[in-house]
Amino acid sequence: MNRTVEQAATAEPLNPVVPVPSAQTGPGTRGGWAEGWSEALHAEWTKLRTLPGTFWLVAAIAALTFAVGAAASGTATCPTADCGQDPAKIALTGVDLGQAVVAILAVLMVSGEYSTGMIHITFAAMPRRTLVLAAKAASLTGLTLVAGAIAVCGSVLTATSIMPGRGFTTAHGYPPSTFTDATMLRAASGSVLYLALIGLLSLGVATLVRDSAAGVGITLGLLYLSPIVAGVVTDPTWHNRIERYSPMNAGTAIEATRDLASMPIGPWEGLGVLAVWTAVALLTGGIALHMRDA
Amino acid sequence: MSATEITPYRSQAGPRPDGFAHLLRAELTKIRTVRGWIIGLILTVLLTAGLAVLTAVGGQMLCSNSPTGPTLSGAACRKVPPLGPDGTPVSDSYYLAHQSLTGDGSITVRVTSLTGLYTANGTAQMGAGTSGMTSGTQPWSKAGIILTQNTTQGSPYAAMMTTGSNGVRMQYNYTHDLAGEPGTATASAPKWLRLTRSGDTVTGYDSTDGVHWTQVGSVTLPGLPATVQAGMFAASPDYSVTSKSLGGGTTGGGPTQATGTFDNTSLQGGWPASGTWTGTAIGGGGPAGNGPQGEQFTQSGGAFTVTGSGDIAPAADKQAGQPVEQSLVGDFAGLIALIVVAALFITTEYRRGLIRLTLAASPRRGRALAAKALVIGAVGFVAGLIAAAISLPLGNHLAYNHGAYLLPTSTLTEARVIVGTAGIFALVAVLALAVGVLLRRSAATVTTVIVGIVLTYILSVASVLPDSVAEWLTRLTPAAAFAVQQTMTAYPQVTASYTPATGYFPLAPWAGFAVLCAYAAFALALAARQLHRRDA
Repeated sequence: MNRTVEQAATAEPLNPVVPVPSAQTGPGTRGGWAEGWSEALHAEWTKLRTLPGTFWLVAAIAALTFAVGAAASGTATCPTADCGQDPAKIALTGVDLGQAVVAILAVLMVSGEYSTGMIHITFAAMPRRTLVLAAKAASLTGLTLVAGAIAVCGSVLTATSIMPGRGFTTAHGYPPSTFTDATMLRAASGSVLYLALIGLLSLGVATLVRDSAAGVGITLGLLYLSPIVAGVVTDPTWHNRIERYSPMNAGTAIEATRDLASMPIGPWEGLGVLAVWTAVALLTGGIALHMRDA
Repeated sequence: MSATEITPYRSQAGPRPDGFAHLLRAELTKIRTVRGWIIGLILTVLLTAGLAVLTAVGGQMLCSNSPTGPTLSGAACRKVPPLGPDGTPVSDSYYLAHQSLTGDGSITVRVTSLTGLYTANGTAQMGAGTSGMTSGTQPWSKAGIILTQNTTQGSPYAAMMTTGSNGVRMQYNYTHDLAGEPGTATASAPKWLRLTRSGDTVTGYDSTDGVHWTQVGSVTLPGLPATVQAGMFAASPDYSVTSKSLGGGTTGGGPTQATGTFDNTSLQGGWPASGTWTGTAIGGGGPAGNGPQGEQFTQSGGAFTVTGSGDIAPAADKQAGQPVEQSLVGDFAGLIALIVVAALFITTEYRRGLIRLTLAASPRRGRALAAKALVIGAVGFVAGLIAAAISLPLGNHLAYNHGAYLLPTSTLTEARVIVGTAGIFALVAVLALAVGVLLRRSAATVTTVIVGIVLTYILSVASVLPDSVAEWLTRLTPAAAFAVQQTMTAYPQVTASYTPATGYFPLAPWAGFAVLCAYAAFALALAARQLHRRDA
């Protein structure tokens, strides 16, 4: 497996034996940003594509997200009018689990290279480390978007077909919704973006800590602790702060389709908060990548 | 080659130590000497305690004494509920028509009806009277006879009562409930009730005809004074509907009242000669106490009606105060750090090839795994014990200073919570180790275990999933173990939302803990089998 990856990464127009002391002689500058970019992207995509785990992880993202969402839709009931439930949030429960697999995928892209020493070859071939990180981010985002889109479409389609039979009826205040309703479409597409952002957040964290166990642990801690803590904090100011500024609580605001006015943060604002977390993680990771010895 | 005999080299070091103690020492040395793992273990303690501090400070109570008054915070807002004879917080609001009973004696009544009013939509306000209320009793609306030390809230008592839909009951000292005759009291099928005092012992009887009596229970109320208050009472707990929404429950409902009709009253023993009944609203009047049809009693010859509101029952839930285990919420952060260390404890060996050395030194692979499990389990237990032993008192002390009323918990129960939490840490560490042997990859191991215990807990207590699903998750997944932290009791005689979201687990404390034990044991057995079968 490693052989394939090494071949892919070194199949660049560069002699890997010659040390590359500065960016001047690297392939990135010779042909400008665009050429370096396409080479880096090609390399990163090949590495990601040919890892044996990638297919299973992507399949797991789609399957687990869908399975948990469908199970939640199949067990939720709305026995009375105004039962206070949000069908979209129920349908997208699987995202809570899917994001953990996204985190594995993202973390392994970086820490896998560190644990095998592959990272030395990568940086020897492409000395512009930011470019490597950007290429990794782009490949990861592409895969996550595809897996997320399959999972979210499946979840929403399942929910819209079975939930009306479980009490989510017009009489109970739930007019039949379809995929193309503006709010449902926003919740669905936003959730796909949410998964992509979680991937990038994990990538940033992994670049910073370089170790897969620590990377996954920190990412999942960052995500999963805030809902638990929010459950016991009674001070409204603090509760509101957690809901507004923690990556998972704010980010999943995108799933809401009802009672939007009473939410601590709006759907897109919430996703924006997650995007800021992601940007900070990527930026920190990128700076560390620059400053540190590989 | 010549035929010279070459004596093979023999080490002078003696037989190779193959004792289990040596294996344990080797594994302990591995943990001790990796700086990152020690940092991870320290983080396990610090994160648990740190989150306990943060949530305690973030749980600041805010209140105001009047609608226009300034907002108060902290200790000024602490509400201490009345406490029962055993120290349990209680609700004690009802209407009582009573006389004093000196020495031994008994009271017998016939209950011919129990009716009630409740607010269906939750709009009725306290003291707004009964206009707009709907007819109907609550399952635990009560009317009957009671013998109580005095009329202050929280006094020791014993009572025989008819209920809305739980038949005749004998209840005493708030937390105790005994079942009598089933069925509701009506004019055609009345219920006869009798309470007899003899010294410290109060005995309750019920009957359907006033002739044939059945003893429901005989209870001791230690230290009951010579003179007690006894008579007829009515109470009705608040109507509540809980609907789950957007990561939390919303409770609607409102005050209710119950009216009991009594006749054939008969008093034996040390009752006053005057025979005058006094009406008292215990607890200063229940929620629906005022208004034209509020709490009162009427007497016409030997027949009485008593109307009351409120409840005589334990109230040790989150509405009354904060359970002590809330200070342990930070253990999830600590667990994540510990899972990382425990996973690395084995996956690093695979990554670096150290596993081959480990197994070469101890070719009996099961023993090597047992040594690893024992060491990481012990390390997890110690880390969890330190974390919980710091977090619980520290978090509760801070929460108290910030105005929380902490539900009284015995030292023994607190010890169970702390040791149980340490046990969870130990088992999760062993589980992570076993999963690490099976998966051999750090990221997959860490994620599997975190999802297995933390995400299942989130889905149970803080998600949009229905309560029934949440209860099954807390029976079947490793998150069941957090039952060992539950200190609140679910009382069948109190209608409330007993779900994981409100802090009640479906399994008993140690039963829930046993679920995690089973997961850890199963994973370890599977790991031992795979370690045998696979090439390292």
